[in-house]
Amino acid sequence: MTTTMAKTDIKTGKLERYGLTDDKLRALLRNMLLQRQLDNRGFQLNRQGKVPFALGSEGHEALQAGAAMAFERGKDILAPYYRDLGLCLGIGLSPYEILLSIFARAADHNGGRQFPNHYSSKQAGLMSFSSILAAHIPHAVGAAYAIKYRGEQGRAVLVTSGDGTTSEGEWHESMNFAAIHELPMVMLVENNEWAISTPLDKQMAQPEIWKRAAGYGMPGRRFNGFDPIETYGAVKEAMDRARSGGGPSIVEGTCYRYLAHSTDDNDMTYRTKEVVQERRKNDPVPRFEALLVEYGVMSERDVEAMRKDVLRETNDATDRAEAMPYPQPSDLYTHVYEGAWEPWQ
Amino acid sequence: MVPKVDTSFERHDLTDEQLVALLRTMVAHRTLESRGFQLNRQGKIPFASAGEGHEAVQAGAAMAFRRGVDVLVPYYRDLGLDIGIGVTAYEILLSLFGRAADHSAGRQFPHHYASRKLGLYSISSVIAAQLPHAVGAAYAMKLRGEERAVLTTCGDGATSEGEWHESMNFAAIHRLPVVVLCENNEWAISTPLSKQMAQPDIYKRAEGYGMPGVLVDGMDPVACYAAVKTALDRARSGGGPALVEAKCYRFLAHTTDDDDRTYRSRDEVAERRKRDPVPLFERTLIENGVMTADDVEALKRSVLDETNEATDRAEAMPYPKPEDLYTNVYSANFQPWQ
Amino acid sequence: MAVSSSATSTVMNNVEAVRATLYEALKSDDRTVILGEDVGARGNVFLITKDFINEFGPQRIIDTPIAEASIVGIAVGMAMEGLRPIAEIQFADFIYPSFNQIVGEAAKTRYRSNGEYTCPLVIRTPYGGGVRGALSHSVSIEALFYHVPGLKIVAPAFPADVKGLLNAAIDDPDPVLFLEHKKTYRLIKGEVPDGHYTIPLGKANLLKEGTQLTVVSYGLYVHWALEAAQKLQEEGLSVEVIDLRSIRPMDKGTILRSVEKTRKLLIVHEDNKFGGIGAEISAMVAEEALFHLDAPIRRLCAPDVPAMGYALPLEEEYMSSPGEMAEAMRELVRF
Repeated sequence: MTTTMAKTDIKTGKLERYGLTDDKLRALLRNMLLQRQLDNRGFQLNRQGKVPFALGSEGHEALQAGAAMAFERGKDILAPYYRDLGLCLGIGLSPYEILLSIFARAADHNGGRQFPNHYSSKQAGLMSFSSILAAHIPHAVGAAYAIKYRGEQGRAVLVTSGDGTTSEGEWHESMNFAAIHELPMVMLVENNEWAISTPLDKQMAQPEIWKRAAGYGMPGRRFNGFDPIETYGAVKEAMDRARSGGGPSIVEGTCYRYLAHSTDDNDMTYRTKEVVQERRKNDPVPRFEALLVEYGVMSERDVEAMRKDVLRETNDATDRAEAMPYPQPSDLYTHVYEGAWEPWQ
Repeated sequence: MVPKVDTSFERHDLTDEQLVALLRTMVAHRTLESRGFQLNRQGKIPFASAGEGHEAVQAGAAMAFRRGVDVLVPYYRDLGLDIGIGVTAYEILLSLFGRAADHSAGRQFPHHYASRKLGLYSISSVIAAQLPHAVGAAYAMKLRGEERAVLTTCGDGATSEGEWHESMNFAAIHRLPVVVLCENNEWAISTPLSKQMAQPDIYKRAEGYGMPGVLVDGMDPVACYAAVKTALDRARSGGGPALVEAKCYRFLAHTTDDDDRTYRSRDEVAERRKRDPVPLFERTLIENGVMTADDVEALKRSVLDETNEATDRAEAMPYPKPEDLYTNVYSANFQPWQ
Repeated sequence: MAVSSSATSTVMNNVEAVRATLYEALKSDDRTVILGEDVGARGNVFLITKDFINEFGPQRIIDTPIAEASIVGIAVGMAMEGLRPIAEIQFADFIYPSFNQIVGEAAKTRYRSNGEYTCPLVIRTPYGGGVRGALSHSVSIEALFYHVPGLKIVAPAFPADVKGLLNAAIDDPDPVLFLEHKKTYRLIKGEVPDGHYTIPLGKANLLKEGTQLTVVSYGLYVHWALEAAQKLQEEGLSVEVIDLRSIRPMDKGTILRSVEKTRKLLIVHEDNKFGGIGAEISAMVAEEALFHLDAPIRRLCAPDVPAMGYALPLEEEYMSSPGEMAEAMRELVRF
């Protein structure tokens, strides 16, 4: 099992950028910085006693920023899981919307009903999902079926999961059905090696998830999920194939979960500080900053300015969201069914 | 595609007696199934199902099963496996008639046998629900350090279920002594393989789980014996699980309630009948001097006599009593309000 | 009864009523797709969707692999993305693998997204016994699901109600579990109005008026209760029979009006008693009409065992009968 940060793909001394302009490369970094800042903010607010729960995706920044850039806004559908803050930001959610969710305010997309990180937005093409692992994958398959059934060209569904979810029966049923019907869908596995406390070797005997694709009769590939550019290239290739009638595929990005599962977890009960520190050496955020500086896409001053800007935006969003009202007690009763409803009629 | 039969006769380590026993299981399998359909047509029983086309794989697999040691967790189309590990014709008829003396005391559908003594697990009709049970049993064996293994079976249809995937994965992680034998007969009731999976070789999924996957001609009982024996031997000696895919064919409709003419042509079935494993294996044994044609005839008569006798005996037995509905819900008498 | 847009009608059984309704739904709305095991070439194991695949094609009549969790889960995704899926679980006994998709997903989609995503989907499944279906082809599942806000449940008994309620279920903006009693499939025939019509969910049907006792039931047992009540009529006893038709929502007004008139209540269902539908009806009547009652509420339901067995005596012992229902009615009238 290797998720060691390989050097960003450099061919003949040049940066392999899969067609990404400097602006796009900077946007990748901004997304990554924003993810880390917002994740961090959730944990801070939890420690301050302001929010009961937060969940971080540190270590997934590169993977999510890269994948989100391969998503076509206004066309594609994203069916994410709960550790996809960066993907949701990358397809258009604002820090303010994220903070509304963390604070569970009435103006949140789901009216403060869901846990943080369970965003949904019809307008953004972001499907609603629960905390139940793999339950959203058949939904993605159904959405992809609808796209294919209506003959809509150039659309695809990007569905994500962690490594843990691949053990669920619904993951298997979904892969099989998507393959049979050659659906426009990409299964992006964010393999961070941990299912809460369960390491990969207790989750599967053979750790390369992409290799299961052959058994379903679809393409599979693996990429370095610490590299946002390589991620973009891999996910874009798969999405382009899906959008143009080439059917589904499994793309597996290797990454790592630096933090505990959530604010309610203590990862030092099941792994050591040394192991995490070793993996921190490959932290994708500083490495990507360094890369952009090295290749002259940004100066160190530019990076510093971007960090400040991200912090300012996060602070501003925090203040605005915190000032917003909670949902009313009476909001408990809405949207059970369409219209007002009583079980006894 | 079903691989071609090897024309040279490879008997592996099987003696003449064992080869004859294989044929006897296959003939008994076919005769008893045929009896179920007859009884249904006569209006004597409400339901029967059949595994014609599965005789070879089941007889072969049963011979690799170690009686008194291994555990079998079958599915509902495994009459031949059940016979091969020791369920008698009389027990099968008791089940068909739903009599009180049946293993489940007339509770279960036919072909859902269970016998603690034989190492035969109780199953439901729900597809793939038995696979996690097989994995659990194998875990118990491994935990206790026993040199035993679990043989569990399923059709091609069951491989689409989530529980199939979860079971394969868990068995591989813990290197459990379990062999998953998939009897791929190409049909999930009316659904052909092409609508069940994009890639028709089920054994190829094994690699994704990190266990060996083996393909075997399910119309050849000796080849099936060898493949399952290799896998069970490895499992018993700590080598972990395996997936064995035997390609066979379902010659009859799914059950007496099904009409397969609605979804497949007679020509297709007739074409596949050319590789009917029962006459094929009879011929192999005769051509190789293991039996004479007369021996085969005598074997068939003996099986038929046994089936007739079992039918009469089982039919004469009583139904369960109405009050038997209430037993064995819990360990003791139970009322929800106490 | 059903309000029809047409004065003419056709006699059909419950299988034909389901089939005709599905056919019209496919004809009238190309967002409608059917997915399930053996719904294509086989035309469903009861031949409900026979030949649909030839007319509507394999894209709309989807033979799924045997994978119930994803049958419902994929239907949820289709519904979220604008199709109108009708998922079929081949037998209600096979619905358990899809429990999370029904209870945890379909029933919560609207709520968790605060109304932004909805899940207009129908899950059809044959249930019930009396057909020698043994432990895995005869269960009743309604009580396992009727506790779930966000889900609607319908269990019609007559062909005309099958059509009206299935149309309503298909039109409904929320997930509906549509239960078809398989013993009634070919046994029960009736006039079905031609043309499109719906029967609102949550409206019971007063089948027979009476003055001495109210009997509430649904599914197969409605027919047996009616038979028993008619027998009692010949004995000079007057029994009112209500067919619930919908289990969630349930019709309070019809039950209360009847109980306030007859002052006695018998609930009859095939599902077992403990925590069954009858428990909720009993509680509601006790809360709202206790002082109208002249006798304790009585429930005639299946015993507390997991399922009916295959052998005939085990099935007969599990199931009630018109005779047993008549006896329970007599006892309660005489109380």
